[in-house]
Parts: sequence; C-alpha cells; structure tokens
Amino acid sequence: MTFLKRSPWILHYDASSCNGCDIEVLACLTPLYDVERFGIINTGNPKHADILLITGGINSQNRPVVRNLYEQMPEPKVVIAVGVCAATGGIFRECYNIVGGIDKVIPVDVYVPGCAARPEQIIDGVVKALAILEEKREKMTGEARHAAEAGEST
Amino acid sequence: MPERIIVPFGPQHPVLPEPIHLDLVLEDEKVVDAVPSIGYIHRGLEQLVQKREYTEYVYVTERICGICSFIHALCYCQGVEHIMEIEVPDRARYLRTIWSECSRLHSHLLWLGLFADGMGFENLFMRSWQLRESVLDVLEDTTGGRVIQGTCKVGGVRRDIDQEKLDEMHRALDPFEEECRDLGDVFLNDETVKYRLRGLGVLSKDDAYNLGAAGPTLRGSGVAVDLRETGYAAYGDLGFKPVVETAGDCYARCAVRVRELSSSIDLIRRAIDAMPQGPIDVKVKGAPDGEYFSRAEQPRGEVVHYLRGDGTKHLARARIRTPTLANIPALVKMLPGVQLADVPVVVLSIDPCISCAER
Repeated sequence: MTFLKRSPWILHYDASSCNGCDIEVLACLTPLYDVERFGIINTGNPKHADILLITGGINSQNRPVVRNLYEQMPEPKVVIAVGVCAATGGIFRECYNIVGGIDKVIPVDVYVPGCAARPEQIIDGVVKALAILEEKREKMTGEARHAAEAGEST
Repeated sequence: MPERIIVPFGPQHPVLPEPIHLDLVLEDEKVVDAVPSIGYIHRGLEQLVQKREYTEYVYVTERICGICSFIHALCYCQGVEHIMEIEVPDRARYLRTIWSECSRLHSHLLWLGLFADGMGFENLFMRSWQLRESVLDVLEDTTGGRVIQGTCKVGGVRRDIDQEKLDEMHRALDPFEEECRDLGDVFLNDETVKYRLRGLGVLSKDDAYNLGAAGPTLRGSGVAVDLRETGYAAYGDLGFKPVVETAGDCYARCAVRVRELSSSIDLIRRAIDAMPQGPIDVKVKGAPDGEYFSRAEQPRGEVVHYLRGDGTKHLARARIRTPTLANIPALVKMLPGVQLADVPVVVLSIDPCISCAER
C-alpha cells in the first residue's frame, strides 16, 4: 500500500452475527492495528460512508435496515461482507431466521473469510475494497464526461 | 405540560456495536419512557440442537456471542456432563477456570473502552483496547483463537497449557495488574468521569432484585450474587468473594467491572499456582438422557442453559437464558429521568450484548 487515492470512511453494521467479527472490526481501529493512521474512520452516518462493512447472515427483521443503509450511502460505494456468516450464513445457515449471506439482499464486492475474521484479514479486505472503489469512481467520472461530450455534440 | 415527542434510538447507532432499538419518549430533553424492541440479531440457535449432534452443538454455543464464547461453551458442556454423569479431570477444571477468567478480562476491558467511547473519552477507549490486546495474545497463544476459542468440549478441554507457558503467564500478571490499576484509576478517580457518571441511571437494590437483573448491574445495586460462588469448574477450590457496590448508578456499575479486573487476575494467579497434573479429558460414550439447568457466571451476569436429552445423539431441547435479556427490564427502569445526551451512557452501563440476548 504505497499510496492511497483517498481515505475511505467506513460504516459498520451487525446484521445478526455473533459479535465476534464486530469486535474484531473495532479492534482494527485501536492502537495495535490502528487503521486511523491511513485516515480510515468508522462513521455512524451512512451518508458519510464509502465502505459498508457488514457482518452476519441477515435475518428477516434487519433485512429492510440493511437495504436502507445501503441505499442511503452515496455512490461510489463498496460493500465488504466480513466473516463466513456474511458470505454464506456460516454455522447459522440452517437456522430458521437466517436469510443466508449478505449478497441475497445487497450486492457484495469483497468477501472476507474467517470465523471470526482476524483484524489483519479485515484490513486486507478494506485495501482490496479501495481498488474497487477507485475503479467505480473512474467509471462514474468517465460516464459523466462521456455524457457531457455527447451533450455538447448535439 | 411540555409536548411529548418520540425519538428513535437505533438499531444502527454510532455507540452501539450491535443493533437494539429504543423508542425514547421525551419531554423537552428529558426521557419519560423508553420502549425497547429487539429481534435484529435473532437467529434461532436453540432449534439447531435438532440438526447438530450434542458434541457438535458446543461450536454453536460458542457462537451465541463472540465475547463470552468460552463461558457459553463451558456452561453447555457442564450441563451435558451433569446429565451423562461424567467426572471431568481436575486439570481440565483448572484450565477452564483460567480461560473463563481470561474471557472476563477481555470482555471487561472491551466494555470499559466502549463505555469511555460512549462518554466521549476517546483516549481512554484506545487505552482500554490496547490493554485488551495483551489478553487476546494470551488467548491466541494458548487456544489458537482470539475471540472464538474452540477449546472446551464435553468431557474436558481440547488443549493443554504446558508448564513453561503457565510460568510465563504468571510472570506477566504482575505488570498487567499494574496497568489495569492505572487504567481503573482513571475510571474511578478522574473528576470528569465522576461528574458524568455519579447519580446517573440509578437502580435501587429492590428494583434490581425484583426485575431480575444479573451480573454487574445487580452487584452495582448492592446485591451480592455471583454464580462463581457456587463453585463450578475450579472456583470452589480457589475461594471467591463477589465484588459489590451499593450506589446503583452508572459509576457503581463501572466500579464493579473495574474491581472485577483485579479479582479475575487474582483467580488466574491462584489457578496457575494450584494447577494439578494429570489428563485433560475423559472419553465420552453414549448420549445424554435427562434434563439439567446449567448455570455459569458470564462477564455480564448469570447465564442459564436448560438442556433436555432423550437418549439420542440430538438433544430434545435447549433453552438459553442470557444476562442481557434479564437486564433489559432494569434498563427500561433506569432510563426515565435521564437527559437525552446521557442515554448512550446509561444503555452501555448494562453492557448490552445483543447477540447473546437474542440468540
């Protein structure tokens, strides 16, 4: 990680995980791992966030909450599913109240495996997400330029 | 009379790592009523007993909650062992005690950090979590996992800690205790913290008892109930006195947890000193037939696993009652009268663990 185009702000939401991944997400912010030195901040406001870090297999009650959070985030945005429950439902897959995986509800860009995912893995996931975020941003600005040029020619 | 308004708090809120929703009824800035609604983390783990064999279900109980995972597994295993009349070797009992107390240390340091964050004391949050990492290092070194350990099994434990490592842990306890004392000193004696917490969210002794509160919430109100006194695992051999505070406010609940750090360190020290030699597990044959209420003390209070087996590999029923669920009525009692700005501090003072509460 030689340079960062930008310092992403992160929104964290627990969509029915066991809490293990969530405390590891928080551990990333604290002195041993300290992602704040890269300007990565955990924000509580979806309208300020670039990356949605989400854990757990989603149940029927928090499904609209997840959808709502995702829709409130401005474009471009990246979703990281942290932990195996967020990827497939994991150990809770057969529970009656589990939808099974974040990608059943919103599109996911990066999957971080592990039960519980280690802070190093989560940071690695965020670094991968940065590249995707940059790609999406370029695509958006490219499309905007394209539209503007097309507008001029007519 | 001022007009009443309802302010929603949660499910997604900056101070809450996990979702819980409260409808706060306000008169101006003052809370007059709070209506909780839960279910955002409900998974339906109890029903999984029908799909997992009783030895495999230990993994599921560990994942009821990532913070008190070891104690959930311990409570479940003790229940099954009691039904099947399995005698656990002494060394396993002592190792279980050490890991339980390590879990308590890391949970309390985690909570102290979140609580400081809730008060707006960011520096203290970072310091608590920095100290917590040294406990996680010991857990990772001895069990292989930072938050989910996977060492407890029916009939004993999966891993041993060799004498060299035990000595190293023993030596590390003194400097660790010193650091905990420094940290606790800020929570207990700093003027700004005292000003913020004293007299906030008071729960009287009678209310705490009648509402069935558990753990530090109950002990902060002056009721000396701690399941470790019943002497499960090796607590009976080590001698244990519960930590009690009488004021019943947020400061008292914080003080209980700060003082429990030292009592946990002391228990680990005595367990290492008295560590017996011998095997760490016994062979388990057959299937549980019968029922039992297994109880253990989590960092947040009393956890109950009710287990019923019918002689097959799958338990017929598991019912798990966790301390946070027991503390929610107490929370609803604390909230009326506090200012809106103090709500996060009062909510955090019961140490809410929603994934436990909703299973």
